[in-house]
Amino acid sequence: MEKFSTHTGVAAPLKQSNVDTDQIIPAVFLKRITKTGFEDALFAGWRKNPDFVLNRPEYENASVLVAGSDFGTGSSREHAVWALRDYGFKAVISSRFADIFRGNSGKQGLLAAQVEQSDVELLWKLMEEQPGIEVRVDLESRTVTCGPVTVPFQIDDYTRWRLMEGLDDIGLTLQQEEDIEAYERTRPAFKPTTLPART
Amino acid sequence: MTTTAVTTPPRTLAEKVWNDHLVRQGEAGRPDLIYIDLHLLHEVTSPQAFEGLRLAGRGLRRTDLTIATEDHNTPTENIFSTIADETSRKQIETLRRNCEEFGVRLHSLGDSEQGIVHVVGPQLGLTQPGMTVVCGDSHTSTHGAFGALAFGIGTSEVEHVMATQTLSLAPFKTMAINVEGTLKPGVSSKDIILAVIAKIGTGGGQGHVLEYRGSAIRSLSMEARMTICNMSIEAGARAGMIAPDETTMDYVQGRPHAPQGEDWDAAVEYWRTLHTDEGAAFDREVFIDADELEPFVTWGTNPGQGVPLSQPVPDPEEVGDDNAKDAARRALEYMGLEAGTPMKEIPVDTVFLGSCTNSRIEDLRAAAEIVKGRRKAENVRMMVVPGSARVRLQAEAEGLDRVFREFGADWRFAGCSMCLGMNPDQLAPGERCASTSNRNFEGRQGKGGRTHLVSPVVAAATAVRGTLSAPSDLEPAGAAAPVPSGLQPMA
Repeated sequence: MEKFSTHTGVAAPLKQSNVDTDQIIPAVFLKRITKTGFEDALFAGWRKNPDFVLNRPEYENASVLVAGSDFGTGSSREHAVWALRDYGFKAVISSRFADIFRGNSGKQGLLAAQVEQSDVELLWKLMEEQPGIEVRVDLESRTVTCGPVTVPFQIDDYTRWRLMEGLDDIGLTLQQEEDIEAYERTRPAFKPTTLPART
Repeated sequence: MTTTAVTTPPRTLAEKVWNDHLVRQGEAGRPDLIYIDLHLLHEVTSPQAFEGLRLAGRGLRRTDLTIATEDHNTPTENIFSTIADETSRKQIETLRRNCEEFGVRLHSLGDSEQGIVHVVGPQLGLTQPGMTVVCGDSHTSTHGAFGALAFGIGTSEVEHVMATQTLSLAPFKTMAINVEGTLKPGVSSKDIILAVIAKIGTGGGQGHVLEYRGSAIRSLSMEARMTICNMSIEAGARAGMIAPDETTMDYVQGRPHAPQGEDWDAAVEYWRTLHTDEGAAFDREVFIDADELEPFVTWGTNPGQGVPLSQPVPDPEEVGDDNAKDAARRALEYMGLEAGTPMKEIPVDTVFLGSCTNSRIEDLRAAAEIVKGRRKAENVRMMVVPGSARVRLQAEAEGLDRVFREFGADWRFAGCSMCLGMNPDQLAPGERCASTSNRNFEGRQGKGGRTHLVSPVVAAATAVRGTLSAPSDLEPAGAAAPVPSGLQPMA
C-alpha cells in the first residue's frame, strides 16, 4: 500500500445521503475475479446521465469526493473501494461512513475523512461558487483545506498510522503469531470444525 | 445469595463473546486482535483474497474453520447445465479451483448442502452460540441469532482471516433493542426489523452491536430470529445478537456439526453464561412495542424508508430534516410513486420469495399457507427461491412446491437470486416488486427495478391480490368460486 500524507486535487460534490455500495458499483460488475480495472464500473447506473456530477467537464480530474451522510452503506463489497480508487479518487469526505466501507477504505489506501455535516455543506458551498476548486487533504494534521477554509476531520489513530506508513495489515498480524498459537491451545474442544465434513 | 466474590463488572452479551476471543488486547490506541471461529466463503468476495495469499506465498491457516458455498451469481434454473454467462462461470470455476488448491470444503451447485451461505451455516450446525463468525458478505449478521458475534467483512479482511484466522478490530459499542409484547396475527419478525430500521435509520446502528431482547424476541423461532439479525446491517450496525436460550439449544442439537456427548454438555454449560448481566450498561437503548406493530413495507430506496402497510406513501415535505426530504423526493421519483397514495393500492409486477432474510422452511410454509388453494393475480409473476438445496428438498417433501406451482409461481433452485440480481433473475427497468429480501436500493434487483421490502406472508397476499396486501385483506380461500348449493365437492 502506498503511503498517504497529503493530497491536493479537484473536489467533486455528491450531494446525496445514503449512497450505498450498490450505487458505487452495481452487482453485475462483481463477477470479475481481478482486483483492478473497476474504473468503468464506478457509479455505473448514474454515469449514463449526462448531468451526473462526474460527467461535468469541471470535475473531469476529480480525486476527492465530498458526499452526503451515510456514504457506503449496504453490501460489504470491497469492489466499491477498488472502483473509487481505480477511477482516481484518493479521498472521500462525508459526515458519516458505513463501518464496513470505512474499514475497506483503510485497507486500500483510500482516505475516508469524516467531517461535521455543517462542514460538508460549507465545502459544497465553496465548490458551488467555484466549480473545479481544489482541496487539500492533510492526514498529518487531519484537516481539509478548501480556499480560505480549513476544517478538521476524524479518523482513528490506528488507521491513520497505517495509511501514513503504508503498512500491510496481514504482515503486522503475523508478527503476533505466537499469541495466535497460544490462543488456539486454549480453545474449547466443543467448538465446531468444518473438517472432517459431516452432513 | 451466592457468596462468590464477583470481580468482573456486569457485561453485555457482545462484550462477553468479544472478551472470549481476545488473542491480544490492543495497547495505546491499537485495535484488539480477535480470533475467528468460523469463516464462510462464497464466489464473489473470495477470488481476490485467494490471489493475495498466492502472491504473498501464504497458506490458509485453518481450513478446518473454513467452508465455502456457491450462491451469489449461480443460476436457479437448469443448474446441471454449464452456466451460460461466461464471467459468472469463470467466477464459479475460480472458487472451485481455489478451494481445491487450498483444501477448503466446498458445497457446489447441485450438492445437497449447497445454498445461501447464511442458510447453510446454521443448517449444518456450524453456527453455534458464543462463536465469532465472519464472511465477505454484510448479511453475516444473520448468525447473531444464535448469540454468536457475526459480521460482514471486505475482501482484504477475508484475506487477513485466511492468513491469520484473526481480525484487528476496535471494540464495538452496544445497543439494546427491547421488543416487548405479543405480535398480532399476520405480523412477523420481518415487520419487527423493518420497524426498527425505520425508527433508528440506516445509520442509527453505526459502530454498534445490536442486542435484540424482550418477550417478543424470546417467543420467536430460530428462523424468525435469523431474519431480524440478518437485517441489522440495514440499520448500519456491525452485528445483531440474541442471547441463546432453550429455542437455540433445541435448534442446534442433533445437527451434523453440533457438539455430541460430553462436548454437548460442556458447550451448553458455556452457552448458558451467554446473556447480558443484570446491571450491564448499553451505550444506547431503543424500545419497540410489539403489540402495536403492523405488517410493514418500504416505499423508498433505502430500508429505513418504510411505513405500516395500512398507511399512504409519505409526503417528502413532512419527512425529517432537509437531507431526509431530499432523499424522500428522490426516492419517490425513482419509485414512480405519489405522496398520499395508499400503500395497498400500489400494484406490483413481481413477487420474490427468497434471500438470506426470508428463504427458510418456515418462510416457505407461511407463504404456502396463504397461497394454498388460490391462483395468483393475473399480471403478477411470482418466484420462489429456497435458501438452500436442503430447504428445497424439505419443502418438496412437504408438498410446498406443488402448492406454489398450482398457485402459478415459479419454483426454483437455491441461491441468492433476485435479491441482488447477479444471476439472470432480475427485474426489468420500471418493474415493481414485492420482495422478501433485505435491500430496496436503486437498481438492486435489476437496473431500473423498484423494490418494496415485505414479509413472506405479505409477499404471498400481494401475489394473490396483485397490489401490496396483508393476509387480512384476503377473502377466505375459495370464496371467489363458491361450491354451488346441492353439489358436493369431489372427494
